[in-house]
Amino acid sequence: MASAAAILPATGHAREGRYENNAATRERPWVRALILTLALSFFVLFLLLPLVVVFHQALAKGWGTAAAAVTDPDALAAVRLTLLAAGIAVPLNLVFGVSAAWAIARFEFRGKQVLSTLIDLPFSVSPVIAGLIYVLIFGAQGWFGSWFIEHDIKIVFAVPGIVLATIFVTFPFVARELIPLMQAQGRDDEEAATVLGATGLQTFWRVTLPNIKWGLLYGTILCNARAMGEFGAVSVVSGHIRGETNTMPLHVEILYNEYNFAAAFAVASLLAMLALVTLALKSWVEWQANRVVTQKEAMVRK
Amino acid sequence: MSAAVSFFNPTGQTRVLPGFGLSLGYTLVYLSLVVLIPLAAVFIQTASLTWGEFWAIVSAPRVVATYKLSFGAALLAAAINAVFGLMLAWSLVRYSFPGKKLVDALIDLPFALPTAVAGIALSALWAGNGWLGALLAPFGIKVAYTPLGVLVALIFIGVPFVVRTVQPVLEDLETELEEAAASLGAHRSQTFTRVLLPVLTPALLTGFALAFARAVGEYGSVIFIAGNIPMVSEIAPLIIITKLEQYDESGATAIAVVMLLFSFLMLLAINLLQAWSARRTGRNR
Repeated sequence: MASAAAILPATGHAREGRYENNAATRERPWVRALILTLALSFFVLFLLLPLVVVFHQALAKGWGTAAAAVTDPDALAAVRLTLLAAGIAVPLNLVFGVSAAWAIARFEFRGKQVLSTLIDLPFSVSPVIAGLIYVLIFGAQGWFGSWFIEHDIKIVFAVPGIVLATIFVTFPFVARELIPLMQAQGRDDEEAATVLGATGLQTFWRVTLPNIKWGLLYGTILCNARAMGEFGAVSVVSGHIRGETNTMPLHVEILYNEYNFAAAFAVASLLAMLALVTLALKSWVEWQANRVVTQKEAMVRK
Repeated sequence: MSAAVSFFNPTGQTRVLPGFGLSLGYTLVYLSLVVLIPLAAVFIQTASLTWGEFWAIVSAPRVVATYKLSFGAALLAAAINAVFGLMLAWSLVRYSFPGKKLVDALIDLPFALPTAVAGIALSALWAGNGWLGALLAPFGIKVAYTPLGVLVALIFIGVPFVVRTVQPVLEDLETELEEAAASLGAHRSQTFTRVLLPVLTPALLTGFALAFARAVGEYGSVIFIAGNIPMVSEIAPLIIITKLEQYDESGATAIAVVMLLFSFLMLLAINLLQAWSARRTGRNR
């Protein structure tokens, strides 16, 4: 998706001020001031203030209330379920992402473009529909519903449904990062290793993995953020049972709908901190990836 | 040694690298199990309805009102994001200002912040007693719990799409183009509209389409601020949930089919736009 481009080397970053010191690429001061004011006002109104308000509301009734809300047994159960769902969904989609990128970026075959588009499909499906499909298949009136009821296995309105919905919505993240990255790198390195006698696994561990590690990490971070934060899809398949089938975002909803705002925002602030950690890690990975590219370019120039 | 031409190997080239069968096989099986077969369930379930029944469900006045709101607000939000996203991308690439790194990192907040958190934060902010809502209240403008609230939420979740598609194209742009335009006597505004904008248009449209597609299906950030009043501020994904809660699976599925068909069309449009963008800028994405 849009994020794929961000990890590729940015050519312009190195020359700070190259536009502002050039008469041909410089706007008049008032135009510059106007664009900056509008852009930054938009940023503050729509991105910064919503973030600040979460922490402000969380602490509105003091640290004690916030701490109590976060350490409540139901909240802790929600944290555990969120970690469980992400802990299953992220590794599965990671393995899939590597496998899909290997097939698509390293080989030519018919229908590659179609496959690539199908991998993106979960991004364009409404999260509500992502939940609905599992109700249709595993629900009481669903395809396999009666079989599961006979065997006393609960899929929807239970933990397995939450895990399935999470896998669906986070499905493309790792593949989306790796495919363009591995296509840009080409297959020369791996072919050289294979010709020199490396086995497939050796080639993968010693050649491919070091080359794609930043992209892999980047995709995994985004995948994890979505897995832990998913609301719509999980909401449809969850039974909304406190302490049992509530993830953190669902727990936030329940508290909020009970007008327990301070507690809702306290749990929300945990998720907001997770988002900030995600963004910090993401920026760090981009910086590392850019550094590697710059080093390689410097070596080529020598 | 030459491999035979086959369906999966149209060029007949020898494959040096191992693992083609394994990786493609695993990819196809996992894709089918997780995405394709479950999505097919929606269409198969709908096939149990007659055409008349299907049409009655998807064209009911309350349902049509949700399409109007979901599509209308998503379109408007994407347009607003296209304008301000371009200005943000422009500022991040071309100007230096204090806190630039922080602004750049926080652009992706809507990708990282769970939608439910965004939803309650936006409601708190724009409600009549909130920081922003209180400023507008004296003018009689209500944002939270009205269609305007839906718009605000959809603007929030769409911000990164436009910025992150336009930004790399702007960064790759060589200054020579503008220098040539300036040396030929073009005014700065002429250079922008005649030289820069044509190059940026495909990326801008791609970002717009991505933001629009995402906004139409958005649920979490909207329901808290929308008020969810039938015929006024109810979005299409919510009516699917309402029908499910009433055990009306056929009704929910019929509306899901309409939304899915729209998603497929958007996916196609986005692919074409990205191909156009790649050709126009020479970037291989």
